[in-house]
Amino acid sequence: MKKTIFLGTLTAVGLVAGAAAAGTLDDVKARGTLNCGVVTGLAGFGAPDANGQWQGFDVSVCRAVAAAVFGDPTAVEFIPTTGKTRFTALASGEIDMLARNTTWTFSRDVDLKFEFIGINYYDGQGFMVPASLGVSSAKELNGATVCIQTGTTTELNLADFFEENNLEYEPVPIETNAEAQQQYLAGACDVYTTDASGLAATRATFENPDDHIILPEIVSKEPLGPLVRHGDPEWGDVVRWTLNALIAAEELGVTSANVAELAEGTENPEVNRLLGSEGNLGEMLGLEADWAKNAIMANGNYGEIFEKNIGENTPIGLARGLNAQWTEGGLIYSPPFR
Amino acid sequence: MTTLTDPQPESFRLSMLINDTRYRAYTFQFIALLAIIFCISLLGRNLVTNLEQRGLTLSFDFLGNPAGYDINQRPLEYSNNDSHLRASLIGIINTLIVAALGCVTATIFGVFAGVLRLSNNWLVAKLMAVYVEAFRNVPVLIWILIIFFIMIAATPPPSAFRGDDPSASMLFDAIAITNRGVYIPWVQFSNGFESIPIIPPVFDDPTRFSFFGLFNINVTVWLVLFALGGGIYAAIQAGKYIKANNVEVFALLPAFVRLLVYAIIAFTPFVIVYSLFLNVNGSQPATSLRFSLSLNLIVILLVLLLGLYVSRLIRDWADKTQEQTGERPTVWYWRLGVVFVPLILIFYLLGAYLDYPALRGFNFAGGLTIRGSLIALWFALAIYTGAFIAENVRAGIQAISKGQTEAAASLGLRPGRIMNLVILPQALRVIIPPLISQYLNLTKNSSLAIAVGYMDVTGTLGGITQNQTGRAIESVLLLMIFYLTISLSISLFMNIYNNSVKLKER
Amino acid sequence: MSDTHAQSVAFVRNTEIPPSLPPDTEGGVIKWVRENLFPNVLSGILTIVALYFIIRLSIFVVPWIWNGVWGADSLTNCREVLGGKTGACFSVITDRWHQLLFGAAYPRDLFFLSTMTGVPVADLVTPGGVRENTNFFQEFFFGYWRPVLAFVLLFVAIAPVLFSELPRKMLITTAIYPFAAFWLVWGGSLWVPVTILASLAIAYFAYSFVVNRSFFLGALSFLAVLILLLFDPIAMLINAAEFGRNSLAFLGWQRAENALPWVTVMEQNYPWLMNIFPLNAHVVEGLSTISSVSLASVPSRELGGFMLNMILGTVCVSLSLPLGILLALGRQSNLPLIKWVCVIFIEFIRGVPLITLLFVANVVLAYFLPPESNPDLIIRVMIMITLFASAYIAEVVRGGLAALPRGQYEAADSLGLEYAQAMRLIILPQALKISIPGIVNVAVGLFKDTTLVSIISMFDLVGLIRGPILASTDWNGVYWELFGFAALLFFVICYAISQYSQWLERKLQTGHR
Repeated sequence: MKKTIFLGTLTAVGLVAGAAAAGTLDDVKARGTLNCGVVTGLAGFGAPDANGQWQGFDVSVCRAVAAAVFGDPTAVEFIPTTGKTRFTALASGEIDMLARNTTWTFSRDVDLKFEFIGINYYDGQGFMVPASLGVSSAKELNGATVCIQTGTTTELNLADFFEENNLEYEPVPIETNAEAQQQYLAGACDVYTTDASGLAATRATFENPDDHIILPEIVSKEPLGPLVRHGDPEWGDVVRWTLNALIAAEELGVTSANVAELAEGTENPEVNRLLGSEGNLGEMLGLEADWAKNAIMANGNYGEIFEKNIGENTPIGLARGLNAQWTEGGLIYSPPFR
Repeated sequence: MTTLTDPQPESFRLSMLINDTRYRAYTFQFIALLAIIFCISLLGRNLVTNLEQRGLTLSFDFLGNPAGYDINQRPLEYSNNDSHLRASLIGIINTLIVAALGCVTATIFGVFAGVLRLSNNWLVAKLMAVYVEAFRNVPVLIWILIIFFIMIAATPPPSAFRGDDPSASMLFDAIAITNRGVYIPWVQFSNGFESIPIIPPVFDDPTRFSFFGLFNINVTVWLVLFALGGGIYAAIQAGKYIKANNVEVFALLPAFVRLLVYAIIAFTPFVIVYSLFLNVNGSQPATSLRFSLSLNLIVILLVLLLGLYVSRLIRDWADKTQEQTGERPTVWYWRLGVVFVPLILIFYLLGAYLDYPALRGFNFAGGLTIRGSLIALWFALAIYTGAFIAENVRAGIQAISKGQTEAAASLGLRPGRIMNLVILPQALRVIIPPLISQYLNLTKNSSLAIAVGYMDVTGTLGGITQNQTGRAIESVLLLMIFYLTISLSISLFMNIYNNSVKLKER
Repeated sequence: MSDTHAQSVAFVRNTEIPPSLPPDTEGGVIKWVRENLFPNVLSGILTIVALYFIIRLSIFVVPWIWNGVWGADSLTNCREVLGGKTGACFSVITDRWHQLLFGAAYPRDLFFLSTMTGVPVADLVTPGGVRENTNFFQEFFFGYWRPVLAFVLLFVAIAPVLFSELPRKMLITTAIYPFAAFWLVWGGSLWVPVTILASLAIAYFAYSFVVNRSFFLGALSFLAVLILLLFDPIAMLINAAEFGRNSLAFLGWQRAENALPWVTVMEQNYPWLMNIFPLNAHVVEGLSTISSVSLASVPSRELGGFMLNMILGTVCVSLSLPLGILLALGRQSNLPLIKWVCVIFIEFIRGVPLITLLFVANVVLAYFLPPESNPDLIIRVMIMITLFASAYIAEVVRGGLAALPRGQYEAADSLGLEYAQAMRLIILPQALKISIPGIVNVAVGLFKDTTLVSIISMFDLVGLIRGPILASTDWNGVYWELFGFAALLFFVICYAISQYSQWLERKLQTGHR
């Protein structure tokens, strides 16, 4: 029966908590859209553009999952979350998955009962200082005022680093990158610290980027990845293997340009299994046979997504570094499709 | 002779529950009670089911875990190894600091702007009108951000003070105004006493009561809190009883003895319950509540109070002499002397000296630092609330009949004195009630501190702690309890003050 | 006497001297300046300080606005155009005005825009978001005609409430407006708001039929009709039964635990019964097959910008009015239970900052609602803001109730009116009238406070600025222009409302001074 949203809400408020809900995959399919939690605005990783279309590295993961489930990369509702609200949004079922620069840590995985389904970006916390300060290492920062963009595990890493090296510092916690950057440029803090990817992106927008240097120290491991709720392995598998499909596609040379052609059938059995022309991997996941093809068609493979959103030809200008394929000396590695 | 007979007492019928006004009240209240119980149990059941489904529990144990983050403004000693509870406590004190500073400053701004808006100087009156309208009609969040930006942009960074030809210099060689904050000289003691560290004793292994396996209720804490609340309630009731029945014996007692009696009533149950559960070997919660007592400050305060007391005795003696002889002995230098000579002496004995801020490394060091985030928030809240207070002041002054001004003028008072002696005291009665709610608003608006990076309780408990632990329900609950306590205390104290200045009518 | 002297004394002038001008210091600009700017030393000093302040400010601000750049497409571009001069980069507003006003993704009505401007639809959609083929006015009035029309109609609807001189019949527009605005902003089938409006009208008819017997029965029948038409009473009954069963099972009654859930029983045995309600949905379906009048539907997540502030402000104030009045009456009530519930509610809400209530809406409320329901964030926020506003309005109305002379209450009692009648016909009309300025103040405060939703990740005006716009690589670093624009928008609306409130206060002022 068709009920309007308005009426649906009105009646729903009167309801009582009932039996356990069905699996997330069934819920998502029944709803017809994927609810994906994203950041409220971080250049290159996720923000709506002038037309209101969400763009970015994390956003592409959401689109790929939507494409894998529905065959339609636009069947996704983006729900902006802040550092404070993201976990509750996921735990309460408001969003089906969270693709928002969130560090995989023990306590989030175990205590908060979330399941990190993989890593789509290996990051680490770095420092940026004005070149005029004459500092070449983070260990020379004794007594400095440090602007921190709060959100991931930045505050904790910073405290650890300065304690470990027996240095004094003055933390200035700031909520948004824009405000932190303004304080930093006005000289209200000597150092700006956040994930190295964010530092590069911020520096790129400065009036004189060359006046600022990013210090060599990376003080933390920040494996960023999408996460889902504990206790629903089927849905976890869908998101995990969609991400893996994007990674494997790059390794196997499947791109958005040639995926349609390769899906007809190739010499390489793994490509065939991935794209559904051989085997029944899609069925095992509870999806169509061409799920991975759709996911790759949405935004391209992992490498294409990287280049388009944060790669060296974008204003963000990040090198692949740790995020290169394992075959090229990086850490990006997908388990085999078999 | 006619006799009025009472109507026969009716026997109770069921329909009277609806039709008879005597019983209808009970019916309505019964229905309301049922509805409330239903709603609460509905919400409670939803909560239980939701948490169960996700395998989560409500627990405040995270408060005891190490916080792991640093806080820049630390009114108490704090490091990142301290617990989340300690971090919240620091946040609470920071909130109270900015609220207190803000209320005082907002009152000053408000009174000035309110009075000047009625001034006959056209330019000043118009300027004040612009100030009031601009601040009243734009959201406080936008103002906080704008004032913060102005502060950062308009003041020089510490690096501007560096080098051979610095572009900025210190005020009187003592005060440095930078966009990280204002650094001022501060008193230090070379010969002072050590501070005494105080660790509040903690309860014995708390008795826990598990509520359907979801809530862990710490029975001991609740017992202690109930004892405290009950004691204070009893003291208030006792005060009311004594006032109502005019107990004469009590009125004869000196003021401090009366206060003592109330204090005993209020705190005895608390002390008894507390000592029952006392555990001398402090553990995590105890060290979270530690603080240190500055003996220097106590000594100085004692000397000051003693001096003021002696000064008052001299005044009383002078009053008495004046009443008896008609001539007032000149005592002002005595009165000043008994206050200041011992004070200067004690400062000398403690080895007091001024510690000047100086540029060391990246920042100024030494002296007292008032951080930029505090100044921005303090100033933004004060100037925003000041606009509202200005309107209250203006309304209060205009509420005083023009005849009062004219009467005062005909007595020959000068305009300034008319304002101070005749108008303002009367206007105060109109101004204070809305002033209370402005103070409350300011305190509540201080929760926007995170927009400028000031670590108040919303920034610590409701910010980084919540962010890192993911304990949203617990944090928000504690946050609400804190603000509620503050609001209710402010309105309680201000209402007491309001009652004391209220027009006494017989 | 003068007559005699006129002839006899030669030096007495017998013609009138022409009136001479007052001395320079006693007239014109100088007099004004002296009296208004330098009447005494203190005042003179104040004037000089004020002048200094104004001049210092304008030295900064005037060139900044004067040199402002309007046409650039990014901050870098702005800086190139300025070439080192001080100047604003207003281009961010020309580039993103549609987002600032209507939200990040509120859809334009391309069809209407294309019809009115003659530009083919394909040319209107440019990938970069630059609106090359249309100008601002075309975009604003034709592309976004739905929210703009809703905004304009707001004034028509609210006028009869604000100005009592207008004919009372205009109040009908006020009653219809919420439904019209809902349809314009959210879109969807016209029949949804129409049927809801019709249901309300039927319920009101039922109420007015019964109210002469008893107000209580009237209110009951109003609710009953509403539930019958708009809600699903069978589902409600089943849920209530389910709740009872669960509660019994929870308390350890074995049989209840093992019983089949009611929903399953009903679904198995009486599937048709489960589909009767809500009746309204069937009517909408039926009418849609006859003629489908509908606008493109917009999900509430896509509402944003200043429009979101306006929606939250108007919806929450209007919903909180009835709730606030009930709370105020409850607080004045003689029934201790009801009184204490109201007191606790009001004091609790007034004691905590709105931001904590918004945290509740965002992170806590989800746990207190049934898992399947999960209403939109915007609805949860509306619930909390409405509760917040109702506590403040309750205090204003309580002031109005207390200000009424005791005689009014006694007069109502002596006429033999029951409580509901006395309140409805005598007390509330007078009390509300004197509370209007206070209510308007609460409304202005609340409207400003809607910016706090930006802190819980909603894209209102401030949220959009701090989120997507400042995060975009094009506009990273533009602060003053954006926040100045936001401040200006709020100022215009709030200043207008506060001027109205002052006008009203003067009008209601019947006392003597």
